[in-house]
Amino acid sequence: MQSDGVLRAAVASKSSIERCRQYRRRILNVSQRVTALHIAPAFSCTEIVDVVFNELMRHDDPADIFLMSKGHGCMILYVILAERGILTDGDLNSYCTPNGRLGAHPDFGVPGIAASTGSLGHGLSIAVGQAYAEKLKGSRSRVFCVISDGELQEGSTWEAIMMASNLGLSNLIMIVDNNDFSGLERVSIGHPAVYPIAEKLSSFGWSVADCDGHDAAELRTALQPSACGRPHAVVARTVKGKGVSYMENENLWHYRSPNEVEYAKAMSELSEPGR
Amino acid sequence: MRNRFAETFYELAKDDLRQCMIVADISPAGSMSRFRDEYPERFINTGVAEQVMIGMSAGMAQRGLRPFAYTIATFALYRPFEMIRDDLCYQNLPVTVVGIGGGVSYSTLGATHHAQEDVALAMCVPNLRVLAPCDPLEVEAMTRWCASQEEGPVYLRLGKAGEPVLTADLVEPWQFGKVRKLREGKTHCIFTYGVITKMALSVAEELEAHGISTSVIAIPTLKPLDTDSLTVALQAHSSVSVIEECVPRALGLEIESLAHRKGYQGKVDTFALRDEFIHCYGSHKDILQAHDLTERLIMERLRHVSNDKTR
Repeated sequence: MQSDGVLRAAVASKSSIERCRQYRRRILNVSQRVTALHIAPAFSCTEIVDVVFNELMRHDDPADIFLMSKGHGCMILYVILAERGILTDGDLNSYCTPNGRLGAHPDFGVPGIAASTGSLGHGLSIAVGQAYAEKLKGSRSRVFCVISDGELQEGSTWEAIMMASNLGLSNLIMIVDNNDFSGLERVSIGHPAVYPIAEKLSSFGWSVADCDGHDAAELRTALQPSACGRPHAVVARTVKGKGVSYMENENLWHYRSPNEVEYAKAMSELSEPGR
Repeated sequence: MRNRFAETFYELAKDDLRQCMIVADISPAGSMSRFRDEYPERFINTGVAEQVMIGMSAGMAQRGLRPFAYTIATFALYRPFEMIRDDLCYQNLPVTVVGIGGGVSYSTLGATHHAQEDVALAMCVPNLRVLAPCDPLEVEAMTRWCASQEEGPVYLRLGKAGEPVLTADLVEPWQFGKVRKLREGKTHCIFTYGVITKMALSVAEELEAHGISTSVIAIPTLKPLDTDSLTVALQAHSSVSVIEECVPRALGLEIESLAHRKGYQGKVDTFALRDEFIHCYGSHKDILQAHDLTERLIMERLRHVSNDKTR
């Protein structure tokens, strides 16, 4: 296993492609310490969280807020927080152990974690409250909230979608990690009425863009709000398990950790430019 | 109660810009309407959508505001229960969930509007403090406390309107976590809380008329329970009873459990709503009667209480 210190050094001053490759490798390193973690859901939103966190968010005063509503995707957030020194290598190394503070779902109170999520359909409502509070205080802080397409099956998500629009929350940006999988099966098979997503959000009063959720340039463009006085949504088309051939679109990797052989293969693939 | 709540909130919130009112499609009576007119940005109606009411309140509290989430008790607590548990209690945020019409006070509206399990349910959730005022004065004191406390979430169970003042003569003000002795007696002690306290006082008078010296202790803070004071009260009386407008899983169970732990030798009678849905419509009194909660029925079951039963 490559040391995390080496990985972290390699991450600095790289393109999004390079950063994301390193993030995925780091997540795989953590996976070798535990029997299970949500790799594939983190890999589907790796570029999303990278672009938002490393390129769009303001981290100084007033700081923007990042809320991972799909709490099971939190590994990508953890490795970015560790890279930025908000969490430590020790935190990552003690992931899901009694001595650590990071679990398989994010816990409010841990540095960099904006809300305790994990139960789906909660995060967007909380983000709406945060965005409204910032607006009320006259702050310029924006709230970035990543939700899963599975969360679009929760009624509470639509309550929040309507309220964000009612309140004209132009400081709220929601990104739908549209990997087309929920726990059991493909969303398009199990719950096809979720689609079309962009049209629905648009008809609910949001400004909406869609893009390839693994293309940083497309994400940058899509994440620019196009209309004033409205919340903004990006429907990011993604691949669950993106970056490792045998994990892509294989729901087995929603939660499983790779064994030694699988780990080596994944790391090897993630050393090739372009993946 | 709801008017006193609204008046108190208005007085607090006009000077404290952190205070916000998040309602779910409930008509803003009295001072609430005035608050909405004067401070529309701090009065939010989420519509018929209670989950976002609670989730939003959590997010607002995280960013320094102090929201009250306010609607009919069933919709305030049951519909968004997981949001209360995860968003408010797990994250331990200072949000007050106000349930109006606690118990069966929406007496003509059927069990969909009867918050007959609210206190029992709320008491189960870690970090959630549970308050149930017995009169408008307690409503005012509790509302002030809720607005100023920073520790975490509160469930505030209110009645509706027109409840009489019962605590005007008490010297000690309401204090969070403390019981209040409404009536001093020597033999029997009734523990109670909320709107049904009036009935408990009537029962005490009736017992007194039968020569039974009776205390009435109101327990406005259901969680955390003032177990020290309750233990003293158990020790001072040869029998006790609990009268509550909730299913028999709330205060009654707590008092029985405490009595058992303390080796209490006296009898503990509990009077609560029946563990069933009542298909009955009428006055609040009618519904309580359908649940066997009347002065007469309680007196019948307390016939065993006498001054002879000294320990």
